[in-house]
Amino acid sequence: MRSTHSSLRTAPARPKSATDLLKERAETAGRKGEADAQPTLRELFSETVTDGAAMAFMLAQMGTSKGPILWVSDRLSRREAGVICLAGMPHGIDILRVDVSKPVDVLWAMEQGLGCATLGAVVGEIWGDPPVLDFTASKRLALRSEAHAVPAWLIRRAAHANLSAARARWRLSSLASLPNTDDMHAPGQALWRAQLFRSRWGTTGDWVARANGGKVYLDHRVQGRTQAEARHA
Amino acid sequence: MTGEDKLPVLPVPPPAPTSRPPPPSGAQRDTADMLAHAIAALQRAMEPKPQDVGDVANTPRVEGDSFTPVGDPHRRSMLGKPAPKVGRVGVAPSGAVTPPDPKDPLARRITALHFPRLCINRWQWHMDRMGQAPPPEIAVALAVEGQHGPIVHATNRAADHEGIQIGARVVDMRALCPDLRVEFADTGGDHAALKRLMLWVRRWCPWSALDGANGLVLDTTGSDHLWGGEAAMLREIEGKLSTLGLETDLATAPTHGAAWALSRFGGVREVCSADDLATKTAPLPAQALRLQGDTVLLLKRLGLKTVGALADVPRLSLARRFQKAALVQNPLLRLDQMMGRMAEPLQSPDDPPQFSVQAVLAEPVLDPEPHMPDMARELCAALHAAGCGARRVTLTIYRTDGDVDRIGVATSQASHDPAHILRLFEGKLERLNPGFGFDLITLDASVVEHVELVQTRIEGGTDGGVELARLIDRLSAKYGAEHIRRPAPHDSHVPERREGWQAAMAPDAAALPVHSRPRPLRLLQPPEDIRVLYAVPEGPPAQFMWRRQTHKVVRFEGPERIAPEWWRDRPGTRLRDYYRIEDQNGCRYWLFREGIVGDGRGGAPRWCVQGVFA
Repeated sequence: MRSTHSSLRTAPARPKSATDLLKERAETAGRKGEADAQPTLRELFSETVTDGAAMAFMLAQMGTSKGPILWVSDRLSRREAGVICLAGMPHGIDILRVDVSKPVDVLWAMEQGLGCATLGAVVGEIWGDPPVLDFTASKRLALRSEAHAVPAWLIRRAAHANLSAARARWRLSSLASLPNTDDMHAPGQALWRAQLFRSRWGTTGDWVARANGGKVYLDHRVQGRTQAEARHA
Repeated sequence: MTGEDKLPVLPVPPPAPTSRPPPPSGAQRDTADMLAHAIAALQRAMEPKPQDVGDVANTPRVEGDSFTPVGDPHRRSMLGKPAPKVGRVGVAPSGAVTPPDPKDPLARRITALHFPRLCINRWQWHMDRMGQAPPPEIAVALAVEGQHGPIVHATNRAADHEGIQIGARVVDMRALCPDLRVEFADTGGDHAALKRLMLWVRRWCPWSALDGANGLVLDTTGSDHLWGGEAAMLREIEGKLSTLGLETDLATAPTHGAAWALSRFGGVREVCSADDLATKTAPLPAQALRLQGDTVLLLKRLGLKTVGALADVPRLSLARRFQKAALVQNPLLRLDQMMGRMAEPLQSPDDPPQFSVQAVLAEPVLDPEPHMPDMARELCAALHAAGCGARRVTLTIYRTDGDVDRIGVATSQASHDPAHILRLFEGKLERLNPGFGFDLITLDASVVEHVELVQTRIEGGTDGGVELARLIDRLSAKYGAEHIRRPAPHDSHVPERREGWQAAMAPDAAALPVHSRPRPLRLLQPPEDIRVLYAVPEGPPAQFMWRRQTHKVVRFEGPERIAPEWWRDRPGTRLRDYYRIEDQNGCRYWLFREGIVGDGRGGAPRWCVQGVFA
């Protein structure tokens, strides 16, 4: 992509002003779906450290066509939860991987990336509750993400849901998968338990989620058990 | 257009009236003759004086003569002997120096340099710097890949004594000399070094060009007097090149062909004037005519073994015999080139442009920051004017105590935007050690690329190439280029080997097709050992303990067997059986068992968890 466009230079899109953002929000206030799709900062908490649910939930609703994805991770996340594996990623995804050591560097790199409107998304992985990731830092990320229309995702492991300006905060964990029609013993399509415990525009809730053709399909949780679980029981 | 019109006319200050022959006007003929005699006498009196640079401006000129890049042929006046023919001479019978006829093909002075052992000299130089140079008595040969195995490309003197021949196969030469040390030659590096050397030799004259795989050719017309004459210049060139570790054969002659021949086949540092061109080239062998091997063989069979023998053959016969031959196979054309009957201009490539700005400060300062915006703007203006962009920019400070410190930044796309370049230096300037201050700052674009014309889209859309490149630059400048990476997968079955990443500044790598088997989202590096309950020898895992937690395997898929890659792995590497499992909490992992009980490659198999699925 770089080689074909290297000769052309175009003016970057003007960042949205605060007034524009307020107008947009007022227009989409009543329509839940549009507000959900708006690029902003979303925070995903992983219930256990080695659970792949948070990352899969994010990848399931991330469009890969817009541009490369800036993937920033700190050292502890890489050591404890592993590095991203290209072979398992969705097809056609273009990743720009940034390996830094400290959470403050993750925040700086994310902020730089959010200023670049050609990126498809910016993903940051932060381990624990570092003091630098406070309300101000998350507010900066959220405003920058909305101004340049680049979705930002913050994956947090071994972390508490402290004060944050993220517009949507999810808690993710894996659920027993759907039955595999080909092999009774094998795991089938993945299901996740998705708890939206803070949302700026929508309502919070507790769902059973699964990937559905480039989107996330949210299913209501019935009496603490999913339909699938009920079917298996 | 006449020949004189092609040459640039530079404003030459009018020479002093005393040193100019007066115009032959009828009214002042008597005084003019007297003046001419007086000048001739004066010049005769001054003749033994060595010529130096200052004399160039005072040398008498004919009115209306344009300055040419050829310069004045100082060789003539330096040798001091009157030439027999009037047409080409520098000293006219009256004593006044006339410029050479610009169309005279023999008025030029061409120096040919030949590096007979360029490859091995460079290798020796490199090994010297590494501190691993072999003693000179060890026979060394450099090889290149041939059709039937490696062949000898270059040899050192010791190998020559052993009878190692260039072009022979290495295995044959090993039979001759079992102790022969063979290394692979760096032919691309040699060519690049020769190109750099071509620019470097412009310290002696302004025009130089490559000449074959191991030679250079210099147009030293008019520049030899700066070095004290041609013989002194050749000594100087040879000495300077020997400090680079290069053995050099060199010669100066009026034509490229003659200089080429004399440097390869003539004496040491031969200087050939236009008058003894024929006599000096006559005894040279026929190869000296830059002919192909089969043509040389043909001439040898015809009994024409030297240039002189060929020159004695009537021109008509030669022309008839080699009527349709190309230049490299045509001895007549080559002979004409050597004797100056056929023009062979030297095509000297231009110097690569240098982009550098400097700020000379009145007194030493400790912080370069206030000067940076102006310098960056100036540098970028120069880059923009030349249609170039910088890939690498270096800031150098020259301290008052004589020390030099520098920092550099790199860009992933050629850029001539001052704001962008300034931004890359942000936070790096603290690394400079200013000492007691510095009074000179230079900012130069050390690696430069051409950028195409810039145009914005009319509808205001973005292409993103530039923005993304700048983001990569900023991140690379802060965290180091090796931490900003793009996928460059390797074609391998072993999961951790398939995951290749390369620096984002490098060009894009080819993508691999999607894996047909399910693959995890995350890979643990390295795989972590677990304790597993399983049915020996090849059963699926039933329960495992990882990070002090017990996971019960509820469902599993597998095994998927991945055999070791025998062409890369060490012998004794065990195969892997991969299982995709789901534990009682719904987490899906990728486990593998390395080896099978009783496969003869170690004890009990090892179990590891390597990946996490969605």
